[in-house]
Order: sequence, then structure tokens, then C-alpha cells
Amino acid sequence: MAEEITLSVFRGDRSGGREQEYKIPAVPGMVVLDALHYIQAHQAPDLAVRWNCKAAHCGSCSAEINGSAKLLCKTRVDDYTDEVIHVRPMHTFPVIKDLVTDVSWNYEKLRQIPAFQPAIKAPFTLHQRDVDRIQEFRKCIECFLCQNICHVLRDHSAKDAYWGPRMMIRMAELQMHPLDTADRIDLLKGSAGIGYCNITKCCTVVCPQGINITDNGIIPLKERVADKYFDPLGGLVRKMHK
Amino acid sequence: MSENFERHAYDILIIGSGGAGLRAAVAAAEGGAKVAVLGKSLLGKAHTVMAEGGVAASLGNVDPADGWETHFYDTMRSGHFINNYKMVEVFAKEAPDRVLELEQWGAVFDRTPEGRIMQRPFGAHTFRRLAHVGDRTGMEIIRTMEQKILTVNVDVFQEITATKLFIDNGRVAGTVAYYREDGRFALFTAKAVVIATGGWGKAYKVTSNSWESTGDGAALAFRAGAELVDMEMVQFHPTGMVWPPGVRGLLVTEGVRGEGGLLRNSEGERFMEKYDPQRMELSSRDVVARSIYKEVQAGRGTPHGGAWLDITHKGPEYIKRKLPGMYQQFMALADVDITKTKFEVGPTIHYTMGGIKVDALTCATNVPGLFAAGECAGGLHGANRLGGNSLADILVFGKRAGDGALEFIQGHEGTPKVEEAEVQAEIERVLQPVGQESGENPYALHEQLQEIMANHAGISRNGPELEQGLQKMLELKERAKSMSAPGSRTFNPGWHSVHDVRNMITLCEAIIRGAIERKESRGAQWRLDHPDELEEYGKINFVHKMEDGEVKTYTSPVAEMTAELQELFQLGAAPGIAKSGKKE
Repeated sequence: MAEEITLSVFRGDRSGGREQEYKIPAVPGMVVLDALHYIQAHQAPDLAVRWNCKAAHCGSCSAEINGSAKLLCKTRVDDYTDEVIHVRPMHTFPVIKDLVTDVSWNYEKLRQIPAFQPAIKAPFTLHQRDVDRIQEFRKCIECFLCQNICHVLRDHSAKDAYWGPRMMIRMAELQMHPLDTADRIDLLKGSAGIGYCNITKCCTVVCPQGINITDNGIIPLKERVADKYFDPLGGLVRKMHK
Repeated sequence: MSENFERHAYDILIIGSGGAGLRAAVAAAEGGAKVAVLGKSLLGKAHTVMAEGGVAASLGNVDPADGWETHFYDTMRSGHFINNYKMVEVFAKEAPDRVLELEQWGAVFDRTPEGRIMQRPFGAHTFRRLAHVGDRTGMEIIRTMEQKILTVNVDVFQEITATKLFIDNGRVAGTVAYYREDGRFALFTAKAVVIATGGWGKAYKVTSNSWESTGDGAALAFRAGAELVDMEMVQFHPTGMVWPPGVRGLLVTEGVRGEGGLLRNSEGERFMEKYDPQRMELSSRDVVARSIYKEVQAGRGTPHGGAWLDITHKGPEYIKRKLPGMYQQFMALADVDITKTKFEVGPTIHYTMGGIKVDALTCATNVPGLFAAGECAGGLHGANRLGGNSLADILVFGKRAGDGALEFIQGHEGTPKVEEAEVQAEIERVLQPVGQESGENPYALHEQLQEIMANHAGISRNGPELEQGLQKMLELKERAKSMSAPGSRTFNPGWHSVHDVRNMITLCEAIIRGAIERKESRGAQWRLDHPDELEEYGKINFVHKMEDGEVKTYTSPVAEMTAELQELFQLGAAPGIAKSGKKE
């Protein structure tokens, strides 16, 4: 691998900014986050980047690397041979500074989702086959890369109309919990705006946890909405056979 | 210069938004208090997220002979009997309820064939005891707590750094904090404060800890008059990644060994046979970490100075199902397929057993109105922590701290006051480094601090090296008085680092002083010049106090267990084994 790496990192704040180049020595196994830490320690101590675990568990270090939405801690520098590594903040959320964006909108939406309402008191009797599909959704690390890449939010700025893939997955997890009693179908069709998703699957592609957001989460939720609103009788039959 | 600042008044203020802080907040809010949580990260990102293997609770779903007595027995033995036994007792008794409560709040644990919560074996636990979700149990717990906190009446302040605790007439009165987003300040007054800020594993270079683990809350409490205990006890997890350098220290869950992984040296020898033939790979963490270290020292290490860990015999399907995170971590970061090949592991800093000295039942510190729970508190784990006990710790004592704070404010009239001048003085101190071009670089000081700790207070220790380390740490403390943070107040990591480094220096001094005083080897404390565990040191804990800005070290007697509890150690085997008549 190259002995020196060139990174071009967005520097700026709410009022604007531009990319700035840094040259740093390469270390085997280095990830982009390591490179940014090197820059902080030796060249730009105030370079703002959000990170916590550096182990792809926390979902803090989301950014755009050469145009792709990725976790900085999971993206290796040697994936980019002989090219400048451009690092920019997530596009869909307002920049606070450099690579740090304001993701508070996501927390507002999370708060608006009706919580888990189990029918009975724990300990539950639940079989692994019954929880497999919701465990897939609970792998979400809330990196919000799916929200960043969803074209409804990204290109159309339609945050008031559609809550985005992360919220769909959270609702899928709750709706598909065998013991949950709350109903979120009206919310999904209404203000959460599931109809806006037109299944381009960009969210599934960028998910660092490999969650099949569209196929396993959003499409089944769309079917439940359709059952309730457009085929009430069929929906009832299917529900009886659930 | 006078700085404007926001003013917030609460009944109970929780500093720290990991599992312990959020659990404390739920308890306090459910008791009717007006509660705020301050966290220096975003909600749901705290270090709790990194716990992998599971949460220890004697549910007995897989091994019905398990019960609180055996969990108590295992925890005391692993802590080499300098634990606060009363903490261990309530911990072992209450852990099952706290786990079931998580299920009620939406956590989805792996299941047994009968549909109950699955439990896996783990190092030095007599029975299969760790409730888990693959290898991402901490993630499940923090997410569940995050989702729970959004449903109760608690104000959550994200990305905010508390810098000082105020005291009024001996009682805690609140804190001042700044928002990382733009550097504006806020004063939080409260009738009681709970510290739940986690450990200080970032004081070491090879660490499995996230950036947050800089011991802020413990340092704040210490400066405000709280006592620290067992600071010399710093846990090395036996298995961190060792290659490539970029990921050195990153955790390899004990779950790999729990699921049957075998440790071998460069000669192919299953070396744990020499060190703990009974428990082998599932011996306690201090023993396994030292064994790997000794093998490497003896020239039987792997190419990059570790041991081999091998789980390939379990087959790809099983490994990908039970250890999906590990599989991906090694594929993505090391180009190693753990379903096909053995891989290198070595000791990495993982946990700080010591911390703020607390009352076993209420989590109260010696400062009235100040409480502490989770990794920042000391006493539960003694000289060595069992895997899975930290996730149970944050739940049991998070709740107890919230309840304790609630009880305190109900029993104490009035609201303590914070003087305006004190707030202004602290703000001035905190702002001093901002925009300064000349001064010590906090990143460089952090690196030097890590070097001192690795070289002088690492896995193996001796008197002269510790003494030298102390001198170096005191020099660093002086230099740290003139740190600088070029740039503005807006999300300036250099400035954030200034506080982290100052806090770690305070705690590291206590670590080294404790390690010097404990002239024996016990649990995580391994003294080459005092290799034996000595009876007289089993009767004392080392306690540190800040007096006129200086760290002073004292001894405090280890409380003696009740006769009833002592009997649990005289059955010839673990209680659950002795009672069920099975052989250990």
C-alpha cells in the first residue's frame, strides 16, 4: 500500500465550507477514522468528527466517503488505492461542523412511535423462530445512513411527509413482535408516510448491519397498510391465519 | 468577562447516558421526580453498546440448579474477596428481575428450545448464566433503555459535557456543563446527582474502550470530595485483536470461548492446561490474560505477539449465527475468516473495577446527595470482574441509585444553592484553552499518559516501575495545566480532549498510588516483586481522597460476610453444585 495517503476532508459549518487536503502516513489496517484521528492529533486539532466505539457497534461515525454513505470506522483506507479519499458529512442532515451533522430530527421521530405494549408480563414464552425476524431489525445501530441515502429525504427534503427507513424498521420490529398489542398502521399510512417509499432499496444497500430493510421490513408493512385500507376483508382472513 | 448561561433546575440530575444512567433515570422518574440526563454522546451511543457476550443473571433457564447463591459465590471468588459483599448479595439476588424487566420493555433475547431466555456459559461462572443476543447484548440493552427513556418523563440533554460538581454546605448542588455543538454553557441545579459515566479504559493505548471512557464523572466526584476505592484494579480482557495495528485492542468477545473456542500457543499447545486445567479457556479473565501474556513472554506467541483462538470446529453456520459480529469484524478489518482459520488475540484493557465508593443499598457516596452507579462506582467486582456482570451491574445499581436519590430528596428539605461567582469562575477556567495557539497539545498528552500507564501500571507491575510511573504522571499533571485548544468553541474535539485528559490524569494517579500500596498479587493486580496473594491484604481496600488538591491514600477494612454467607464457601463446591449433588 501507499506510504502516504491523501485525504480531502470537508471543513466548514452551518454557513458553508470546502474540502481541505491532508497528507498522512499509512498504517496497515488503517480505517478512515484512524486517518482523521491522525489529522486531529497532528494537523487540525479542531477537526470535528463524531465517533464512539470504533468497532461498528455505535453508529456514530456516519459520513460520505468518495460519494458513498459509510461508517468511517469500518472503511479501510487501503480500499482506495492511488486515489484521494474525499470525506464529507451526511448530506441529508444540517452540518454543525466539518463531519458532524445535526441528527436530532431522528430522535424526535423515534419519540413519536408508540412504544412496545406487551399483552402479558415477562417472562415471555417466545420461540427463536418467532423472534428471528424482529432480531434482524433490532440489529440497527441507528447510524442513520439509511435516512441519509433515502431519496425522499435526501433529494426531496420531504422530512415532513416521510419518516424514513430507520423509523419504518423500528415500526416493523414492533408490529411484528408476537406479543405487541399497539397498532401503528394508521400512523404508517398517515404522518409516517410509508407510501412515499417507492422501493428503490438504496437504504438496504447502505445498511452496515446488513438488514434487509426494504424486503423484510418496509414491504411487509406496506402490505399491512394495504390490507387494512384497501382490502379489509382479505386482511381479516390473513390475520386469522397469522 | 461574564458569560451568559442557561439555567435548569431539577430534582435529580443524572450525569451519564449509558445503561446505568438511563436505568437510574427511569427509576427516579417513575418515582415522580423531575429528572434530567446529561450525556456527552448522542443517546444510545454510550459505551454500553460495546458489551457483547451477555448479561449475567441466575435465571436458571438452562441450568435449573443455578441461583443467587451460586452467582454470589462466583462473583466473590472472582473478586478475590475484597468485593463489598453487600453489593454482591443484592446484585446476585436482583439481576434476574432486572433482566426480565428488559424483556417487558422490548428487549428480544435469544431463546431456548422451550422459548425462554437463552443463557450461555462464560468464564468462571459455574452455570450457563449469560442471557444474550448473539454477540451484541450491550447494543440490545442500550437500545431497550433508549426506547424506554423516550416513554418516560425525563429530559435528555445530548452531547453535553459536565465539568464540575458544586457543593453547598457539604451537600451536592449541581453541575455546570457545555454543549459540544456550540460551546454554550448551562447550569444544572439539583437536589441530588447520580454519576453514571462509566470507566477510564482510555487511559491505556491497547484498549477495547470507546473514546468516552475517560472517567469524567469519577474525577468530578473525586474533586467534589467523594472517595475512590480499589483503583489499582484494572481489567485486561484476555482477547483483543492484535493485528492489524489499526484495530489493536478491539474486543473479541468472551462469547467465542463461551461457544467453545480454544486457545493455543505458537507450538499448538492448549496452554490453559498448565494454568487452570479445570476451567481451561473459561477461567477468570485475570488468569487467562496473564496466561497469554506469559506464553508470549516465553517466546511462544503468535507472529504479532498474541495467542491463537480457534472456533473453526463449530462450523461456519453455527459461528455466523452465534457470533455474527465477530465474523464480520474479522472479515472487514483483518481479512480473516474465523469460520475457516484460527486468529490472533491478546490482552486489552477492558474495564475498571475500582471507582467511587458507594453504599451497597442506596449507591450513596460520602458526599450527601451524590450517588454513583455502574462502572464509575467501585466495590461490586473487587479485584476482578466476571464477564456478564457489568451489564447486570448497570441494571441493578442503576435502579438502586435512582431509588436512592429519590429517597434522599424525600428525606431532605430544600434545594442547595450555587453561587453565581462559582459558576463564572468555572466557565472561565473551562474556556481558557479555547483558541490558544501555544500550549500543550491534549492529543499528545493523552498519548503520553497512555504510554506511562502501559509501561508502568500495565498487566505486570513492580514497585520501582510504579514509583517511576508516579513521578512521570505528576510531571504530566503539571504540564496539563497549560493545555491549548486552537479553534472555536463549535464542536471542537481538541477542547473536549482537554477535559478528558485532565480527568484521566486525576484517576491514573490514584491507580498508580493504589498499585504501589498493594504489595501483593490479587486478581488484576499482578506484582512481579510480590507474586503471592497475602492474607493481610485480603482484609483491606485502598481508598483515595482529594485533600487540598492532593491525592491521599488510606486503607479501609473489607466488611466481613455474615455467617450465613460465609457458609456458602464451605460446601466443598459451588452452592448450586453442592445442593444438587452433581460433581463440579
